[in-house]
Amino acid sequence: MRLKVFHERCTGCRTCEIFCSWANLQELNPRKAAIRIRASFPVPGRYSVVVCDQCGACIDLCPAGALERRGEVVVLDRAKCTNCGACREGCPSGAVFAHPDLPSPLKCELCGECARVCAAGALILEGEVGAGVRVCG
Amino acid sequence: MYGYAGRILYVNLSEGTFAVKPLPEELIRDYIGGRGFVARLVYDGIPPGADPLGPANRLVVASGPLAGTLVPGGAKAHLGAKSPATGGYGDSNVGGHLAAEMKYAGYDAVVIEGRFSTPCCLVVDDDRVEILPAGELWGQGAIAAEAALKEKLGEDFQIMIIGPAGENRVKYACVNHDFGRQAGRTGMGAVLGAKNVKAVAFRGTGSIRVARPGEMDEIARAMHRHAREHPAFGEWQRYGTAGVTKWANEIGCFPTRNFSTSYFEQHQRLHGEVMRERIVVGDKGCFCCIMNCGKYSRVRLGGREVYVEGPEYETTALIGGNFALGSIEEVAYMNYLCDDLGLDTISFGNVAGFVAECFARGLLTARDFEGREINFGDLEALVYLAEIIAYRRGIGDLLAEGVLPVARRLGGQALDIAMQVKGLEISGYESRNAAAMLLSYMTCDIGAHHNRSWAVTYDLAMGRTGTEGKAAQVIALQHIRPVFDMLGVCRLYWVELEMSLDYYARAYSALTGREVTWEELLKCAERVWNLTRLFWFREVPGFGRSYDLPPARVYREETPSGPSKGARIPLEEINHMLDEYYRLRGWDENGRPTPEKLRELGLV
Repeated sequence: MRLKVFHERCTGCRTCEIFCSWANLQELNPRKAAIRIRASFPVPGRYSVVVCDQCGACIDLCPAGALERRGEVVVLDRAKCTNCGACREGCPSGAVFAHPDLPSPLKCELCGECARVCAAGALILEGEVGAGVRVCG
Repeated sequence: MYGYAGRILYVNLSEGTFAVKPLPEELIRDYIGGRGFVARLVYDGIPPGADPLGPANRLVVASGPLAGTLVPGGAKAHLGAKSPATGGYGDSNVGGHLAAEMKYAGYDAVVIEGRFSTPCCLVVDDDRVEILPAGELWGQGAIAAEAALKEKLGEDFQIMIIGPAGENRVKYACVNHDFGRQAGRTGMGAVLGAKNVKAVAFRGTGSIRVARPGEMDEIARAMHRHAREHPAFGEWQRYGTAGVTKWANEIGCFPTRNFSTSYFEQHQRLHGEVMRERIVVGDKGCFCCIMNCGKYSRVRLGGREVYVEGPEYETTALIGGNFALGSIEEVAYMNYLCDDLGLDTISFGNVAGFVAECFARGLLTARDFEGREINFGDLEALVYLAEIIAYRRGIGDLLAEGVLPVARRLGGQALDIAMQVKGLEISGYESRNAAAMLLSYMTCDIGAHHNRSWAVTYDLAMGRTGTEGKAAQVIALQHIRPVFDMLGVCRLYWVELEMSLDYYARAYSALTGREVTWEELLKCAERVWNLTRLFWFREVPGFGRSYDLPPARVYREETPSGPSKGARIPLEEINHMLDEYYRLRGWDENGRPTPEKLRELGLV
């Protein structure tokens, strides 16, 4: 399973963000999402999706050994995490996030929720049939 | 508290102080949120007879309970005040990300009172509230100023901001948000400008609590699924409201050349398909809205390249048809200019069309415009009008007051062709061949605005000029619409994608834990409608039936061309509809709510 991102299709609605925090933390709070939409307005007027691509660079950055690869997903062990911020600061995609109320960082572990709710086809979960189909061009 | 942030922020600009107060239980019970909160807080908090542009007026910004949640289209914030455009009740709503951010910051409503001594920006960052000097932002176009403020504060801030038109208190100045969304109507930008506020910025890190998570999840997912599976969904995603242009011409409702007719012979050049192909570079959605009706466009014109969200249907109607600009690039360029200057495209297009007709009739001449001619279809003339109005230069100072004050100054036949009701310029539906739509404009509680009761489809279904039964339908629509505005959710899922109304009551109940039926929500809507009516009676001397009548063009002149050729609604029919409307509402023959009705609604 892999998350494919089509930035040019993103409409900036942030449905992915709100459903991410809901699915993973049972909270309505986009600042607690592991995915973020960045807007470049007024020029050139485009959105980009910031989300972990499971590259694994954070694994070696973590002094507590809290990050490990399990198949295609890099998983955070929250019991081991000391919230030192090394993974967030060193992430080449800037895709690890922090929230002042949370004891550990927010990192995508590929639950697929964002792709299921994206109606723009900007997020597609490879290997999941019928999800994320762009309805129009 | 579930579903609500549970707090109201009161800012007193004159004192430079603020206070946070708990959200009163009876306000929730009787007014739900959003437009309901705005109506009550405007009615209670503004002293009778206050100058709309004075410190005693207050601007209320309110989110709604469903905003910032999983419900599709939960993105609507409401702005309201005593309107400088009409002197009566004014409000306007805006999508984007403002409503959600306010709630994450911890506020269901913000009440802005007084006037700051120098131009400022109000910054609300969770519990931190600051008044910062506007500095060089004051005087800047709204688009550049929003970009500069985001640069300064951080991109997570959601901003409402005015352009030069708001600073100069143009009576139809809008409030901009998110590079292309506007609370356009009733001059809320002038209210902010008069308070010396260039911008209000919000950022929040908090969560919204849910009373019954499982049920909320189920309802929200069903709503998303319904929208995505609807046959019209793809079309809407692709064209947004621009898809309406073709239809409005086919049925003969498209305001053209100052509403003199309802069919624009060059309408094909303004269609959504043409727009998509020629200028649209991307789609833009409001918070948690998958319909993405925002179309982001790039226009190259006369050596300039500009980016603009839109044009939406209303802009195409009032700038395109009503000023007879037959080029989507020119309409989009004017859209950009109005946004940047901070002018409501609806009222501005209406005023411009009126000026061009007065020019054609000799009521205004080149001497009034520094030697220029103002002819329909002339882009340069339209650019000129926008600039003299936004900066109140020369006759622009008068034009900035709105179409009714201009017509009063000119007198005579000008009043018959000033297309307004209650001093608010009519929006994008020419209604001589749509009686229910006409009644909607006549009785709308902010002046002539289309979407408090979008009844034109009912006219198509029931017979266009017939008036029987129209009043009942208009009232029904006038009660459905405020529910969306109170909940803070966009109505278009219902209007365009047949979303069941029952979902909204269920979503509200699951979110807040407050059991409510759709019928109970409608009762709250009726309460709001009557409260705003009382505000008009309180604030406008001599208010009553005459304020509900349309301009004479509607009943005196037959539609001269297009599919509605020959259509006209005689004054006696109009009065007949109005009588029926008052009777069904429980209002007297002058349109004042009766004591019995007010008792029934708990408004005494």
